Formats: sequence, structure tokens, C-alpha cells
Amino acid sequence: MNQLLDEFTFFVLAVFVGFEVISKVPTILHTPLMSGTNAIHGIILVGAILIAAGASTPVNIVLGLVAVTLATTNVVGGFVVTDRMLEMFKGRRPAATAPQPEPKK
Amino acid sequence: MTGTQVAITLAYLLAAVLFIIGLKQLSSPKGARNGNFIAAAGMVVALGATVPLLHFTQAGLVITAIGILIGTVVGTVGARLVRMTAIPQMVALFNGVGGGAAALVAVAELMRFGAHPQLAESFPSVFSIVIGSVSFAGSAVAFAKLQELMTGTPITYPRQQVVNGVIAAAILAFAIVVLAIASVPIAFVPLMVLALILGVAFVLPIGGADMPVVISLLNACTGLAVAASGFTLNNFALIVAGTLVGASGSLLTKLMSDAMGRSLGNVLFGAFGQVQKVAGGVPGAAGRSVRSASAEDLGTLLAYSQRVIIVPGYGLAVAQAQHAARELADVLEKRGVSVDYAIHPVAGRMPGHMNVLLAEANVPYEQLKEMDEVNDDFKNADVALIVGANDVVNPAARSTPGSPIYGMPILNADQAKNIIFMKRSMRPGFAGIDNELMFGPKTLMFFGDAKDSLTKLVSAVKAA
Repeated sequence: MNQLLDEFTFFVLAVFVGFEVISKVPTILHTPLMSGTNAIHGIILVGAILIAAGASTPVNIVLGLVAVTLATTNVVGGFVVTDRMLEMFKGRRPAATAPQPEPKK
Repeated sequence: MTGTQVAITLAYLLAAVLFIIGLKQLSSPKGARNGNFIAAAGMVVALGATVPLLHFTQAGLVITAIGILIGTVVGTVGARLVRMTAIPQMVALFNGVGGGAAALVAVAELMRFGAHPQLAESFPSVFSIVIGSVSFAGSAVAFAKLQELMTGTPITYPRQQVVNGVIAAAILAFAIVVLAIASVPIAFVPLMVLALILGVAFVLPIGGADMPVVISLLNACTGLAVAASGFTLNNFALIVAGTLVGASGSLLTKLMSDAMGRSLGNVLFGAFGQVQKVAGGVPGAAGRSVRSASAEDLGTLLAYSQRVIIVPGYGLAVAQAQHAARELADVLEKRGVSVDYAIHPVAGRMPGHMNVLLAEANVPYEQLKEMDEVNDDFKNADVALIVGANDVVNPAARSTPGSPIYGMPILNADQAKNIIFMKRSMRPGFAGIDNELMFGPKTLMFFGDAKDSLTKLVSAVKAA
């Protein structure tokens, strides 16, 4: 019971941190941010490996194998594709800073 | 608590901190790329800390290695090879597999508990199975819609809401059966099947243009499913990381629908019974004439303008025409024409997608103007050059209360002195409605593939 209460506490606090941490995000970063959070929930790989490691019955072996494969795809693909998007912004002036006034003709 | 346990707990805490810092960085343009690395480092720490917890069986070791190998290859190759235009559906896919993994982990745990598990263990498992499966199936449909394996227009049928309600009720009933009885470990199978069906049924009536919002919502769902799996496994890292994604993903979903000027409810349930009504109310394209022009005429018009604003849309992305667009801007600027790009928040297929595409073509950031910045400028522009965009310049969003896009903020391209509308055909845009602007007196249509058309305009401007 104690453990459940601890876990519930972490959960509630994480909800608030999750809201707070991205409260101000420019539109151009919506897609990369979605992709980045997408990669983070690939943490399910930890759970998948915990399941797979101890697998001994055929059902568990199949479940473990599929879960580890899917979760790894989520983690690796998620981070790589996010990096590819952000790579495009490299070495440029970020759009969120003050834009330059239009030269008048 | 042994030393190892303390070390593992601290490592998980470190991972959680890295995720939070990573997310924070990801939401500012300067640190975004670093943020992604920091979050990835958090993932490595969390995985490393899990190793001492593992007691491998022989089969377990083999499947873990094989699974990681396959997943790494598929993930890397998929993410590296995908064209920039196809990134939204790739994100949907990666999200879906995460949801599927969460559901399978919960299934394995539920089976391990055997008959009559404690509610504190079984409830999160059931939650994770349902939400993970919905996310998996929903993401698959979103992928199919964006990849155009199926129609992007909303699929509606009579009493759709009732049907979805019945499926949801059935899921709830089965969940209670599994929780209360649970003596048959196989009871989760119908639950999973129903959740998969709900995932499909839920996304079908949502139009392709709204898919980003749906993917973001499903992303948040997967996060919650992962957190629930964390409760089942009593794993701190899963709970915190999953919840972080669930919360930030929910907020991001709201921000995205705000950017489209719609409420989330309108995005998710707007299509029910509405599409047919509006389709009848808007005058059809048939029998109406538009003015089209030759490349030479348009080249001259552009070459002797002072100010041109390019409005890129998904058609440009699909035709891979971002480089051709930049070339046209270059030749125009050489002649002293000032050129800007007006980027609608949802241009392309996801918020920010168009910025990524144009950045790839080395368009200087200074020329990318966000909507609020550029909208008052259109009336000073000699030409608004619309390349493969449609709904984001449709005046119906301002003037036709019954329209599905009514209330969406649009680019004021209709206020420019001339409008060049480059389009493949008269086909309506993603929202499936006609665009009055095409029939306007200031509008010149130029039909064809965006890349070919732009290349023709480049030569025409050079010749002018």
C-alpha cells in the first residue's frame, strides 16, 4: 500500500511538471516536440525488457520478443527522426527571436 | 535497501531529470536539438539502470537481443530514409508501436499475476491494455490516411457516435469483468480486440488535415499507457516518463488545435453529421469559370512586381518543390523584387512542418514569416503566389459560418493586388470544400505539378 501511495505521488507531481515544462512553445516546434515526447514514451522498452528477460513459456517468449521489438523501434526511430527534423534548424537564426524589419523599397 | 537498489533508484531519478530538462530544451528553438540529445541520454541511463534488475533465462536473453537488434535497424533505417514530407506519418507509426508495446507488457504482467490479482495491480494493466491498443490502432489509421493508403476525407456513417459509444461501453463492461473475475487469464483478449476496433472507429471520421492533432492526442495516450504499465511493474522510470509525456502531450494537443483556431472537441467530433450538410450548402465548382494564365504572362507579372509573398502548402511539399520555390525567389530577388514566405501554422501536414521543409531548401529564416507577422502585409503585396496551398487561404474561414474550417485563422492572400494560384487541379483541399478565392476577379490559376510549374516560372522570369 505504501508503495502505491508513493507511486501515486510521483504520478501527480509528474503531471504538473509535464504541463509546466512545455507551457511556452512556438508553433514551429510543435512537430519536433511531439516527436521528442513520442521518443520518451519509448521508455516502455524498460518494461518490455523486464518482461522478455524472464520469459520461459512460449506465450511469454512471443509477447516479450514483439514488445521489445516494438519498443526499441519507438525509442530509436523517435529520437533519430526528431534529430533529423531539428538538424534542419542547425546554424540558423531561430525564428522565435525578433524578426528583422522588412527592408523598405 | 541494498546498495544496488539505491544506485538503481538514483539512476532512475537522474533519467527523469534528464527527460524534464530535455523537454524544456525541446520547447525553445535554441536548445531544441540539444534537448533531444539530453532526453536520449536519459533513455540510455534508464536502460542501463535496469540491467541489474534482469534475471535472464536463456530464451529471454535471445529474444531481448533479437528484439533490440530488429527494433534498432527498423527504427534507424525508417527514420533516416523517410522523406521529409512523410515525417508526420512516421511519427504516427513510432507512436503506434509504443502503444502496442505498452499493451503487450501489460498483457504479460496480467498473465503473470494469475487468477484474482490485487486491484492495484490489475487496474493499471487493464488501463494500459485498452489505451495502448486504442493508440496502436488509431495510429495505424492515421498513418494510412497520411500515407494516402486510404482516403483522407472523413469517413462517416449513420449513428456513428452511437456505435462508438456502444464499443466504449462494451470495453468498460469487459474491463469490469476482467477486474472482478479475472479467473480466466485469457479474458483480456476480447478487451484488446474491442480496444483495437475503437481505435480504428475513433480515427475514421476525422479528416486528414486534422491528423496531427489526433497523433498528438494518441501520443499523450501512449504516455499514459506507459505510466500505467509502470504502476503494474512498480517501476519509477516508467511512471514518471510516461506521465510526463501524457501531461505534456495533452497540453501540446490543445496548443495544436488552438493554432488551427478550433476546439479539440470540434477536431475530434466535428465531422459527425456535419460534412454532408456543408457539402450541400457550398456552391460547387462545376460550371464556374476560373481565369488561367500562361507561364510567360505570370513570369512578366512577377518580374515587374515590387513585393511578392509566397504561400507554400502541402502541394509544394508533395511535389518536393521547396528547392524550385527558392530558385524562383532567388531570380526574383536578383531583379530587386522583395520576396517573403507566409507560413500558416498548419501549412504542410503538421504545425511547423513547412518550416522544416523550407529550411531543408536553405531558405533564409528571415524570409519565413509567421501568419500574424505577415497578414497585414498582404495588401501591400503585388502578388500572392499560392503554391499548393488551399484551405489556409480559403476566405470561407472568415465568411461562411457553416463551413468546417469556419473560424480557422487564415492567411489574407485574398487582399494582395494579384493572386497566382498554383494547383494541380480544381480538386478541393484536405478539408474537402471549395475555395471561393479561385474564382475571384484578381486570381489567375496556373495548373500543374508544383515543381514543374515553378521551374517554368523561373525561366519565364529570366526571359522577362
